[in-house]
Amino acid sequence: MQLESIDQALLDGAFGAASAHAMRLLVRYGEVFEADRFISIESAHIDGCLYHGPSSINFVRRFVDLGGRVRVPTTLNVAAVDVVHPGWHQGPPDLLSEQALLTALHEELGCVATLTCAPYQRMLRPGLGDHIAWAESNAIAFANSVLGARTDRYGDFTDLCAALTGRVPYVGLHRPENRRATLVVQAPAIDATGLARDLYFAAMGYVLGARSAGHVPAIVGLPPDASEDELKALGASAASAGAIALFHAVGITPEAATLSQATGGADAEAATIAISGEELRAAVRSLCPLLAGERIAAVCLGTPHFSIAEFEHLARIVDGRRASVDVEVYVSTSREIAAHVERTPELGPVLSFGAKLVVDTCTYLAPVVRETTGAIVTNSGKWAHYGPGNLGRRVGLMTLEQCVRSAETGRVAAS
Amino acid sequence: MTIASPRVLTHGVARGTIALLLQPLSLWGGLHLDDGTICDVNHPQHGLSLAGKVLAMRAARGSSSSSSALVEAARRGVAPAAIILARPDPILAIGSLVAADLYGLQIPVILFPEDAWHRIPADGEALVDASASGCRVDFAVL
Repeated sequence: MQLESIDQALLDGAFGAASAHAMRLLVRYGEVFEADRFISIESAHIDGCLYHGPSSINFVRRFVDLGGRVRVPTTLNVAAVDVVHPGWHQGPPDLLSEQALLTALHEELGCVATLTCAPYQRMLRPGLGDHIAWAESNAIAFANSVLGARTDRYGDFTDLCAALTGRVPYVGLHRPENRRATLVVQAPAIDATGLARDLYFAAMGYVLGARSAGHVPAIVGLPPDASEDELKALGASAASAGAIALFHAVGITPEAATLSQATGGADAEAATIAISGEELRAAVRSLCPLLAGERIAAVCLGTPHFSIAEFEHLARIVDGRRASVDVEVYVSTSREIAAHVERTPELGPVLSFGAKLVVDTCTYLAPVVRETTGAIVTNSGKWAHYGPGNLGRRVGLMTLEQCVRSAETGRVAAS
Repeated sequence: MTIASPRVLTHGVARGTIALLLQPLSLWGGLHLDDGTICDVNHPQHGLSLAGKVLAMRAARGSSSSSSALVEAARRGVAPAAIILARPDPILAIGSLVAADLYGLQIPVILFPEDAWHRIPADGEALVDASASGCRVDFAVL
């Protein structure tokens, strides 16, 4: 490995003992992946701020004790609890104080407590070709695929080491040759699947993640007017079902104006698969084992964090409607977007419908839902994937309209 | 049966019963940190314990938090003893490095080529010895 003078200076402690320790871990990590050099990054997004146990604190505290300071703009991903609404927390009381400590330790290092999994919506939008070190699987997929920024699939710990040094090994998706599509995926037209638009994108992601493991896929045939939020849902679902950190959507995403651009001119050599409407419907069935008429406890939306455009869409759907008093309705988002919703009269229907805005976290990991037995419905493929294991609940993926109808009656609405 | 020179991602010596997974698993959201069992209800081996086992899965999946899940499971004594993959995974690699750095707990992560994968016995024990100078894996069918 060829270290530049900045890398050597970091190792030698010229930027402090914390950065030196972080650089030693990164060098070891770079050796694992046979890196030949390091490059600089423009920003970092930290996933390790989510509390998993004492090890989360042990790791970051060492850098605080060594007087560490991040060297690039650094945002924080979601936390384990919503500290703005401690009264909604249904888990062990200690979790609130442990999480508050973990967040504070990151702030001491200079991280900004954005506490959102969608920093790309409002806070930090990297540009095409920018090298960044982002963690959190949906944020990685979005930054790479939709923005064309370059991040490898970073995990907890690597993210903070990158922030403390401003350097990462030049491997993985930082390298242009690894960003080329190696698998062409033919998508069915929405109309041919019989699925509503939101379920189509959730299911496409889920099947894509399962069927393109080990590849960078280039999807052909997605609707050309696919919105940023729809691509967000697709990427989050794909990253949950597989290890997808980059997908190209031909004619839509910035590195795929044509199939030939997506594959780097090698489209003839790339393997091709077709995803059928039946596969998408089967994915929806597997993510929704609920029966029509089954009692529900809650509706959970906003995984990844709801955008302003999604709130506007929801406000139109729920205008004049009201959730049953027996159903809890949660929408997860950032503090900043929650504040926007609360002060914007046009978004009032969301609140008068009965929705509570959960901030700083996500309802599939934070114990927020009070009622302990009924099913939970969502329009997020990611929520439907992780919710049952994390919370031990019956969960169903359905359209936003079906979620709203289920909330009104307290029973799973027929499709 | 011995398989010589798989690629070493991280170092360590470990022995354990083999847990051969039929599908990739995200350790975060997929591994119960209290007891080390698979809690992903969509996984065909839901309920299987990975604690102290030599975990063999072709690839990882999902969350960036899997490195934290691995370290926290190690701290609680319910992590796999070693991990065998067919495709390198940066998230599990950093988890293994940090478990060693923070707690001195070594969970070697090694790579087996796809064409040797069928030689991993579903019911058996493995001894993994992975260091900078090379790696040796011994399998015993039970």
